[in-house]
Amino acid sequence: MSNSFVLKNVGLADGTITDIMVEGEKITAVQPGLSGGETIDCSGLVALPGFVDLHTHLREPGFEQSETVLTGTQSAAMGGFTAVHAMANTSPVADTAGVVEQVAALGREAGYADVYPIGAVTVGLEGKQLAELGAMANSKAKVRVFSDDGKCVHDPVLMRRALEYVKAFGGVIAQHAQDPRLTEGAQMHEGAVSAELGLTGWPSVAEEAIIARDVLLAEHVGSRIHICHLSTAGSVEIVRWAKARGIQVTAEVTPHHLLLTDELVRSYDAVYKVNPPLRTAEDVQALRAALVDGTIDIIATDHAPHPIESKDCEWSAAAFGMLGLETAASIAQEVLINSGNSSWSRMAEVLSINPAKIAGDAEQGQEIKVGAIANLALIDPTVKRKVVADSASKSKNSPYVGLELPGFIQHTIYRGYFTVRNGQIAEKGRN
Amino acid sequence: MSKYLLSAGDLSRAQAVELLDIAEGMADVNDREIKKLPTLRGKTVVNLFFEDSTRTRISFELAAKRLSADVINFSAKGSSVSKGESLKDTAQTLEAMGADAVVIRHQASGAANVLAHSGWINGAIVNAGDGTHEHPTQALLDAFTMRKRIHGKNSLDGLKVAIVGDVLHSRVARSNLLLLNTLGAEVHFVAPPTLLPANPASWRAKLHYSLDETLLVEKPDVVMMLRVQAERMNASFFPTEREYSRIWGFNADRLKTLKPGAFLMHPGPMNRGLEIDAVSADSPQSTVLEQVANGVSVRMAVLYSLLSGERSTDV
Repeated sequence: MSNSFVLKNVGLADGTITDIMVEGEKITAVQPGLSGGETIDCSGLVALPGFVDLHTHLREPGFEQSETVLTGTQSAAMGGFTAVHAMANTSPVADTAGVVEQVAALGREAGYADVYPIGAVTVGLEGKQLAELGAMANSKAKVRVFSDDGKCVHDPVLMRRALEYVKAFGGVIAQHAQDPRLTEGAQMHEGAVSAELGLTGWPSVAEEAIIARDVLLAEHVGSRIHICHLSTAGSVEIVRWAKARGIQVTAEVTPHHLLLTDELVRSYDAVYKVNPPLRTAEDVQALRAALVDGTIDIIATDHAPHPIESKDCEWSAAAFGMLGLETAASIAQEVLINSGNSSWSRMAEVLSINPAKIAGDAEQGQEIKVGAIANLALIDPTVKRKVVADSASKSKNSPYVGLELPGFIQHTIYRGYFTVRNGQIAEKGRN
Repeated sequence: MSKYLLSAGDLSRAQAVELLDIAEGMADVNDREIKKLPTLRGKTVVNLFFEDSTRTRISFELAAKRLSADVINFSAKGSSVSKGESLKDTAQTLEAMGADAVVIRHQASGAANVLAHSGWINGAIVNAGDGTHEHPTQALLDAFTMRKRIHGKNSLDGLKVAIVGDVLHSRVARSNLLLLNTLGAEVHFVAPPTLLPANPASWRAKLHYSLDETLLVEKPDVVMMLRVQAERMNASFFPTEREYSRIWGFNADRLKTLKPGAFLMHPGPMNRGLEIDAVSADSPQSTVLEQVANGVSVRMAVLYSLLSGERSTDV
């Protein structure tokens, strides 16, 4: 237990100013006037429980030119995250115990965040046959979240069985809601802008119809369901209705769907190409309101790195997806705090407490108190920063480059270890 | 219009009218025995065609040659991805070879915009059709054809134009909408609901489902038929070709309902018997061949405006 330090004059989510003592990987005291070991002045900083991303594409194995578990978790640390859930659409697909254990092992080796692999629902994400969900759950990776993200589990019978089956080990299905037939060749949100630009539309109903079906399926079989990257005002209404009815549904929104709209596509700059697509200003408003009122439970990044050549081309040839880990907290701050609409406590819920709860990550999303694991994000909320293309990620497809966003992650503490200190990534991971 | 013609919406009314006026002059050249001007001698124009289009390519080629430019045809059929060379590499290759203008036809909407704003290429860029987005020289040649037919007017103020068919997927319709609006014409789109955009909120056009009703009530001065692409036939946009032809096709009976002086346009190539029948296509009201001839004049005007030295910054 060599490392022990005191964070002085930290602001907590409720506004109190206090000191936090960390010894080993635990918080051992939270009260003013602490001393002992190294002392770090945190005046003006807000401490939240380390962020938990329920939707990260780490790209390894298979697409290491875009990201690796190491660079992805470094990027996560720079964004204040202490845990990420790695999506299954790697190559090979994370549809067996072997692959999920490999990803988890790479995460431990890197030492910048807890890496929880998400298992594929169906073999090869092909939507034909259930993957060995039990084997992944019982593996050393202890998978609890399953998703075919990137593709929708479209077959209603398969979806029903998956929802039922994961109850055996307390799992949850995270659905990428997209009717495949309604979105064949889709390039952007179907609306006034797509009509002008001549790009094939991705209609809102393709998402809403699947969500409606799946909350009803979840109700019918008494299962939990999680909706990935909800993007439309209509989806918000359906989830609100389902929750009022008592259906066990949780929903996530991405930072980009909280900030950006389909108007940006007019540039034909493929950095704005993402799935589900950027929607309208009305959708953005509905998503923001739903995040504040609790209809939407969490922010998840859908961090999707791509190499330069996948974006530096004509729109229809470009890949879907954008970076998100290092800008998520700033956008959350913009939407919840700077807007005056919500609170730091809500920000802690949507970025840490709720995602940990949905995924069953016992050692993440803990309240900042004595005995908790020392997973902390310390934010300087007063800083305004202009986003630059260089980041800890291996890729550069950030749609925010050049934008000024509020807030700066001063320190990230992962299990008592500074993965980020004064905005600088640690040279080595925790091990 | 700087050194790009990417969208018919890039042109102000004055710029559009001036281009059409220049095209008049070019048309005179095309009537001469020696159909050639020395204007663009020493300039290189590249026709970069990622999609088959013999007509448009030949039209641009002829336009450039009549202005004495050197013309290179670069046919990169199929998608750039499947071909293994990216749009970027192709563009930079042409740049390295010293192309003064690139005329690009591409199956991806926005390809010409990407080429223009990527920094890959310094020359002039003409959009010769990008996916289902725009085809600005087609709109210019259509406007030119209308202007000639209605004699002597500078603009198209008050002209009623009905554009009929697959509006949703038509770059001809989009470019015509923008240019006709600029020139003061009134645009009516006529199509089955499946072939209109789901949200045309920002379109300055009236939408109709019935061709007969539109002909009867609106009495258009111009009816422009759009080509039905083969790939729409089996994708449930309409039940059968026969039904489409009966309800939205132009035929001898409908030709009789046109008011005197009204005329019938088609960007070609025509599906005779589908969106237009032989009687209409070959009637005196049909402008199909005039459009082809005018296409060369208009493209000469565009290349001249973009490339001739004294006009390099504005039209």
